[in-house]
Amino acid sequence: MLKFTAEHEWLKLEGDVATVGITQHAADQLGDLVFVELPEVGAELVKDGNAATVESVKAASDVYSPLDGEVTEINQAIVDDPSLVNSDPQAAAWFFKLKLKNVSDVDALMDEAAYKDLIG
Amino acid sequence: MDDQAVLRTTPLHALHISLGAKMVPFAGYDMPVQYPLGVMKEHLHTRAAAGLFDVSHMGQVIVKAKSGEYADAALALEKLVPVDIRGLKEGRQRYGFFTDENGGILDDLMITNRGDHLLVVVNAACKDQDVAHMMANLTGCDVTLLEDRALIALQGPRAQAVLAELWAGVSAMKFMDVREVPLHDVPCIISRSGYSGEDGFEISVPEAHAVDVANALLEHPDCEAIGLGARDSLRLEAGLCLYGNDIDTTTSPIEASLEWALQKARKAGGDREGGFPGADRILGELANGTTRRRVGLKPEGKAPVRSHAKLFADAEGQTELGEVTSGTFGPSVEGPVAMGYLPVSHTGAGTTVYAEVRGKFLPMTVAALPFITPTYKR
Repeated sequence: MLKFTAEHEWLKLEGDVATVGITQHAADQLGDLVFVELPEVGAELVKDGNAATVESVKAASDVYSPLDGEVTEINQAIVDDPSLVNSDPQAAAWFFKLKLKNVSDVDALMDEAAYKDLIG
Repeated sequence: MDDQAVLRTTPLHALHISLGAKMVPFAGYDMPVQYPLGVMKEHLHTRAAAGLFDVSHMGQVIVKAKSGEYADAALALEKLVPVDIRGLKEGRQRYGFFTDENGGILDDLMITNRGDHLLVVVNAACKDQDVAHMMANLTGCDVTLLEDRALIALQGPRAQAVLAELWAGVSAMKFMDVREVPLHDVPCIISRSGYSGEDGFEISVPEAHAVDVANALLEHPDCEAIGLGARDSLRLEAGLCLYGNDIDTTTSPIEASLEWALQKARKAGGDREGGFPGADRILGELANGTTRRRVGLKPEGKAPVRSHAKLFADAEGQTELGEVTSGTFGPSVEGPVAMGYLPVSHTGAGTTVYAEVRGKFLPMTVAALPFITPTYKR
């Protein structure tokens, strides 16, 4: 199940673990990324709290946690090569995996059609 | 959208839109921050081939003495700027800055001897204030802001080849030469200078012909339109100051490591020693040094360290030293680069200091400027 947030993150839910990344739209808006900082495995994230930082040549931007949960895995590949986020944001360039505190919270997020409406 | 409504536009505005630029407000103008190529590729293209930049937002100002004599205009401007303008030869350009009574910097500028007058180019954000400053202080001179000319910068190792398509004589120009030349029968003023660390030109074009000249240059396969984003990373790698970030009224030219811009004639023992605002402080600092200096800073990690990041002597953030004034990722350096002010005790190349970024203290090394090797045609 693929879900989206108004902060331009996507979540793919498998069991109670969500893989989280930023959308193609967000990657396009940010431009060429040169730096990615991810949370540590084991970090407890809260919905809408800072989860990661991405930087383009021009500026730093925060990536927020879409829901409450614990980080179980991070994608070192995007730390090593931030340009992967520009080239494949919705697959290979996932950011982190989150073991959700309440799986049912996912229901409140947008589906793909709703997100597409949001970004026009 | 109210902010957008009051933004001014340059004569190339429609061209930027047609090229697919992302527009942002900058110094009161709606300006291209990047084109579809993106900041990274635009930066690298400029260093590898040629980039065209719209810098028409900058102020082009004529200073002409009522006597019609160059020397009178030059000596008048020397009362505001601590560089040798009287000694500037016809068709030559020089960097300088307006200083204030406290020895701070009001703006930085380029000054050209145009025979019987001076052509001065100032920053967009300061141009109204600069023109008022010159009108109030340049007695015996007419000061005219040229509102009907665009300014196009062409930068990069292929800039000469691109411009040669319009004017074969370009190869005879040297760094900081200025010539008045017709390009496609349009009278242009061309300087061999810029803000990228590369060889290149700045071309002053009558507004009505700006799009034609820009398109003629962009027709060359080596030439791409480049936005303000890459302009900033190019100038930072080249160690060049951005007014409002790296220099302002709180920094003296000596603190800013710009003493190279003061020629002998204006320094102690020179023919026209002092005689500019803040001369006591500035000449005093030349003789006795300053407590802090602008330096290059190379973050040791991959994280860019941006302007206003605080700098510390220790990794615990106990002893604050100063702050970063410009910082970004340098595409040609392939890593983050920055500039900032440090006490002279910490300005030796190789000194490690720590920048506070998102609650962490990241090591940075004091580095020689520029970060790249400039390719000016001297």
